Amino acid sequence: MSEPRWFRVLRVVGLTGLALFVLVPLYVMVTSSIKPLAAVQDRFEWFPDEITLQPFVDMWSTVSLATYFRNSVVVATGAAVLSVAIAVFAAYAISRYRFRGRDTFRIVVLSTQMFPGILFLLPLYLLYATIGQVTGIALHGSQIGLIITYLTFSLPFSIWMLVGYFDSIPRDLDEAALIDGAGPVRALVRVVLPAARPGIAAVAIYSFMTAWGETLFASIMTDSGSRTLAVGLREYSTQTSVYWNEVMAASLVVSIPVVIGFLFMQRYLAQGLTAGAVK
Amino acid sequence: MSTTPTSAGRRRWTVNSRKLPYLLLAPALFFELLVHLVPMLGGLWMSLLELTQFHLRTWLQAPFAGLDNYRFAIDFNGAVGAELLRSFLVTCAFAVLTVALSWALGMFAAVLLQRTFPGRALLRALFLVPYALPVYTAVLIWKFMLDRSDGMVNTVLDDLGVGGGTFWLLGDNAFLSLVVTAVWRLWPFAFLALMAGMQSIPADVHESATVDGAGPWQQFRSITLPMLRPVNQVLVLVLFLWTFNDFNVPYLLFDQSVPGAANLLSIHIYNSSFLTWNFGLGSAMSALLLLFLLLVTAGYLAFTSRKVKDV
Repeated sequence: MSEPRWFRVLRVVGLTGLALFVLVPLYVMVTSSIKPLAAVQDRFEWFPDEITLQPFVDMWSTVSLATYFRNSVVVATGAAVLSVAIAVFAAYAISRYRFRGRDTFRIVVLSTQMFPGILFLLPLYLLYATIGQVTGIALHGSQIGLIITYLTFSLPFSIWMLVGYFDSIPRDLDEAALIDGAGPVRALVRVVLPAARPGIAAVAIYSFMTAWGETLFASIMTDSGSRTLAVGLREYSTQTSVYWNEVMAASLVVSIPVVIGFLFMQRYLAQGLTAGAVK
Repeated sequence: MSTTPTSAGRRRWTVNSRKLPYLLLAPALFFELLVHLVPMLGGLWMSLLELTQFHLRTWLQAPFAGLDNYRFAIDFNGAVGAELLRSFLVTCAFAVLTVALSWALGMFAAVLLQRTFPGRALLRALFLVPYALPVYTAVLIWKFMLDRSDGMVNTVLDDLGVGGGTFWLLGDNAFLSLVVTAVWRLWPFAFLALMAGMQSIPADVHESATVDGAGPWQQFRSITLPMLRPVNQVLVLVLFLWTFNDFNVPYLLFDQSVPGAANLLSIHIYNSSFLTWNFGLGSAMSALLLLFLLLVTAGYLAFTSRKVKDV
């Protein structure tokens, strides 16, 4: 197959432009993370005069990065596990059974994805405070409170995506298991779940990622003990100066795990997106 | 349930098979109620209260204000309403511009990467990185580049001789900074969805079009675009809703002092609620925002699905 010449030229020029658009900020992040503080506060330079790994050492003591890191791991893992565990059963019911209220539930789940987070923030904040006053259970400022809060966006997304994956698994598979005498839950666990493993992993990683990057709820719902990275990284800015080299070093460190996870899972995520879209 | 099913066990399931879907749904239903329905009803109730810092601890006993909060919010001659209107218009402009640019870049990249060539997988992975980054690191990088008169962006502009020294995060420039940062992070998502959508187009459609002498532009217009319509329909809506509700980019880019030109609705509501402690007004604004989004979504879906039927 031959392509016109102009298209080949367009491809090279276009892809180079896009690659630069993506790469330049990443390059700035990496090179700034190995500059001394004076250099990042000075006029920007493409090539560092002096290379130092000190920002990667200092960033742990300038702010309580390790604590924030740990909090983020706990909260993001909790949100991913909880939402996938709940969504698996709901998605199975929606995918395999016809029952009254099915369409209503689907539409409600789908539409809650569009609701602005700010809509839930104020009521949840006051609700948690009230629950704390009445029962003594501190949801505000606790990790479990934040995990439940994150279900506002990870649960609808997980249900929506998993329905798409389950629909793509032939019904004959679990029907055969049912005929062989397995219960529905057994058919789900033994047949449907293994077949949907990549999709489940993709949904879990996506939920993890969104919780890892969430800022709005984290800024209100955490206190000094439960602060996550999203809020904690702001502390590199003080009244007098910003430790930009340490900000970039910390950004690099907290990004690498999720970027790798995402790149592994992007194919399955894309599959789920189109499966959800085409229907 | 993991034991070998006995006849009794089997009968139990058949008896309950009508209730079974609801049983499977129960945990999801419980948490949907907890994190969505209850807060929404609570929010609607709060929007009818005079809920300031004085009543925060005992918000259930706050004085009933009726529709006063709503009247305040949509009185565009008053200070509160005028600011809300401005914020609404800024948000509309931001969302339309960001979605259009993200979609165009994503589409452009997906078309250019349609055919296999050496380095394609690498480019594809690279293009996804901005979306894979946690939002706050993506925004912090841009904040660093846009910050200061001798930051990266100004240095480049200086070197190009088009004048640097602009304060990109202040005044009207803030809007541009907001859009660039949001697009940088969002376009890979459009790219990912469109690329996946294109893989569902059979290769021989393009091949036979090429044999018939259709150029890339003709193929894009008469094959790729129409066949991607279902993907586009959902993609554009999702991008719009995300962008319209965006909180992260302005919040992280500008800290506490968001310039008026970049004062998106979610930030405006957040500040009205948590800086001036007027939760009633904030809730009323949230309710108005939700109403607007519902109307837009319903209108959009009605419009696009009618278009699909016409084809």
